[in-house]
Amino acid sequence: MKLTHIIPLVALATAVHAAPQAFDFKDPKGVNNAVFKLDAPLESINGSASGISGTVSFDPENPAATTGKIIVASESLTVPNPMQKEHLHSVNWLDVAKYPEITFETKSLAQVKTDGNVTTAEATGTFTLHGVAKEITVPIKLTFLADKLSARVPNLKGDLLVIRANFVINREDFNIQKGQNEDKVSPTIDLSLSIAGASVK
Amino acid sequence: MLALLVVLAAAVTWLATGANRGWTKTSVPVKTLDTVTGIEGITYQNKFLPGVDFLGAALGGAALLAGASFFFRKPKTKQQPTKQPIITI
Repeated sequence: MKLTHIIPLVALATAVHAAPQAFDFKDPKGVNNAVFKLDAPLESINGSASGISGTVSFDPENPAATTGKIIVASESLTVPNPMQKEHLHSVNWLDVAKYPEITFETKSLAQVKTDGNVTTAEATGTFTLHGVAKEITVPIKLTFLADKLSARVPNLKGDLLVIRANFVINREDFNIQKGQNEDKVSPTIDLSLSIAGASVK
Repeated sequence: MLALLVVLAAAVTWLATGANRGWTKTSVPVKTLDTVTGIEGITYQNKFLPGVDFLGAALGGAALLAGASFFFRKPKTKQQPTKQPIITI
């Protein structure tokens, strides 16, 4: 085979290998979670959400090109105190019936650093909560686990992508009890996202 | 007496369940580690964990009981004056 024939083949093989993979974040194991924390006088209000879905396009050869959208079902937000949960879901706070989804859609990644299978970056995107969309930048950590899907879900071959992010939002920016109850509940909300997506081969 | 029992029962329940100084909870988060991804999953286990609001409600209830007891007191039976023996000389 001539060299002129080999070069296009190698280029094609490289292109196929480098193609971005779509990772589905609907977790069959129910481990994916988003944790939230609001400071309050007696004790901080700690809760979590498990209804996570979405898709992320990730290329292990080019993590900077990562794009995607993560969706959290508002109804899945829970706290251990039933009255607090009722308040949280009510029209006065998140109004989960009217705004059933909390989303984050990435636009771009900056300060991308990759070390082995771990990439850290600053992700800028649109965060939508309580019907209000706001552009925010959050630090994220991506861990690419090649061929690890079968270790998690038997009979399925593929890769895993773990995304971790910790950031703070101001509830007033999203019209949640704007200027109210600041003596009872902190205006800032600490958010922590730990999710794994699968790309089936 | 009943009010005192309510306070004592609430205090014993609160202490026995770990003396939670926060709000009352009906479930507690349980963390499970996914060894493949390293993610700590959170599930909630149904468990009643009384908090300070539980103690407050018990104290309020006891105060109401104690207050109500004044309205439902049994009337005291009047004591017959003891007759002094008449001494005649």
